[in-house]
Amino acid sequence: MRKIFLTVVGSFLLFLNSFSQSAADSTSEYHSPDLKLEEANLVTNYYSQTGNHSAITGGIGTQQVNDFSNIVELRYIRWGMMDRKITMDFDLGIDHHTAASSAYVSKSGASKTGGTRVYPSANWQIENNEKRTTFGLGAALSFEYTYHSYSLNAIYSKHSIDKNTEFSARANVFMDAVKMIYPSELRPVTSAVTSASSGGGSPTIPSKLRSTFATSFTFSHVINKNMQVALIGDVVAQGGYLGLPFHRVYYSNKSVGIEKLPDSRFKLPVGVRFNYFAGDKVIFRTYYRYYVDSWGISAHTASIEAAVKITPFLSVSPFYRYYTQTTSDYFAPKYGKPVGVTYFTSNYDYSAFDANYEGINLRYVPLNGVFGIKNLSMIELRYGHYGQTTGLVANNISLNLRFK
Amino acid sequence: MHKRNIWAGMLTAIVLSLLISSCKTVKEYQKNKINDAEMELSARKVEKGENSFQTYSEGASGANGGKVGGGCGCN
Repeated sequence: MRKIFLTVVGSFLLFLNSFSQSAADSTSEYHSPDLKLEEANLVTNYYSQTGNHSAITGGIGTQQVNDFSNIVELRYIRWGMMDRKITMDFDLGIDHHTAASSAYVSKSGASKTGGTRVYPSANWQIENNEKRTTFGLGAALSFEYTYHSYSLNAIYSKHSIDKNTEFSARANVFMDAVKMIYPSELRPVTSAVTSASSGGGSPTIPSKLRSTFATSFTFSHVINKNMQVALIGDVVAQGGYLGLPFHRVYYSNKSVGIEKLPDSRFKLPVGVRFNYFAGDKVIFRTYYRYYVDSWGISAHTASIEAAVKITPFLSVSPFYRYYTQTTSDYFAPKYGKPVGVTYFTSNYDYSAFDANYEGINLRYVPLNGVFGIKNLSMIELRYGHYGQTTGLVANNISLNLRFK
Repeated sequence: MHKRNIWAGMLTAIVLSLLISSCKTVKEYQKNKINDAEMELSARKVEKGENSFQTYSEGASGANGGKVGGGCGCN
C-alpha cells in the first residue's frame, strides 16, 4: 500500500515538474495589432430518423424526424499589449426540423410539426506566452418555440514549456426556460394566463426554469512523435424542471398523465481520446467514454476512425462507434407503472439499449483551394448510419467548408 | 467489486504511464505528425450534427467537448 502511495505521489510531482520548467526565449516576430478574419467555417447538416417509440405519445408512435441545420463560424484574431494573441469567435446556428410526433401534442394530431432553433454565441480568449496560459470568456443563446437558453462560460488553460502537456478547465452555466405546453387533453385551466394586466391581452404560456452547472477538465499529452492522448472529465449538476411537459405516460390502469422526473440530476462522464499516426499514411483516432448519473443510467461509448491519406491532400476515414446504456430508474414502457408512482417516463432515451453508428469521412485540403477557389481551403464531407436496438434508425450527412 | 478494481487498475496504469512519460520531450521539429490536422484531440467540426443528435437520442452526454445537458430540450 505504501509503495502504491509513494508511486502516486512521485508521479504527481513529475506531473507538476512538467509545468515548472523555465521559459524559453521568445521570438521577436512582428504581429499586427489589427483585427483580421483568420478563418470562417460553414457546417451544414441533414439528419433523418424513423422509429416507433415517441415520448409524446407515451412510448408508442412515430419518431419520424427530419432536421436541417446550418452553422456559420467566424474567427477573428488580433495581437494586444505585450504581444498577447486575442481570439474572438462568433457563431450563428439555425436548425429547422419537422417531427411527426409533435402533431400529437394535441390529441387530434393537429398540432404543428415544424420548428426552428436559432443559437448565436460569442467567445473571447487571450493567450499569455510568458505564463503559457490562456483565459477566455463566452456567452451563448438558444431560442426555439418551446425552449429558451442563456449561457455563460469561462476557460483557463496552461501548457508546459515544450508544449507537450496541457491542462485546461472550463466552467459553463446554463439558465434555461421550458415552455409548459401540455398535451391537449391534460392542459390545466391555469396554463393559459392572460397578460391583460400588462396591457397585452393575448394569452401567454408560462415557463419553468432549468439550470445546468458544468465543469470540464482536460489533460492532454504528447506521448511521442506519433501518439498523443487526452483525458477528459466532466462534472455536471442540473436542477429545476428536467422533463418535458408534452411527454405523455400511460399508467397501468390505462389512465394518461405527463412524465414526472426528479428536479435534480448529477452526471459524471469521463473520456479518453488517443490518436496514433501509424506509418506515413494512416491515423487512428480513438475515443472511449464511461458515463454514470444519479438517475441510474450508466453507459459506455467507444469509437474508432482510421484516416487513410490517399494523397497528402485527400484523406478517407471509415469510422465506427458503439454505444450501450442501462435503463434509468424512472423509465417504464406504456402501462408500465401504477398511478401514484413518484417518477415515470416512457421516453426511450432513458431505456436500456445498444447503438451502432458507422460511416465514412472525406477530407480534401488542396494547396491552391478547393475547385480552384483560393479562399476555400478545405472541404469535408461525412455520412453516417445509426441504429438503436429500440428500433430507431437514422442517417446523417454533414458538410464543412472552410474559408481562409 | 472485482470489476471496479479492474477499472481502477486500468485507469491508474494509464495515468501513471502518461505521467512517467512526461519526462521525454518531443521537440517542435519532431512534431510534423503530431501537428497534422487529423491528429487533433477533439471532435471534427463536421461532427457537430451527429454529436447533437446523439445527445438528443441517448441518455449519456459529455466528456467530448460538446453538450452536457443544458441549452436544449435534450437529455
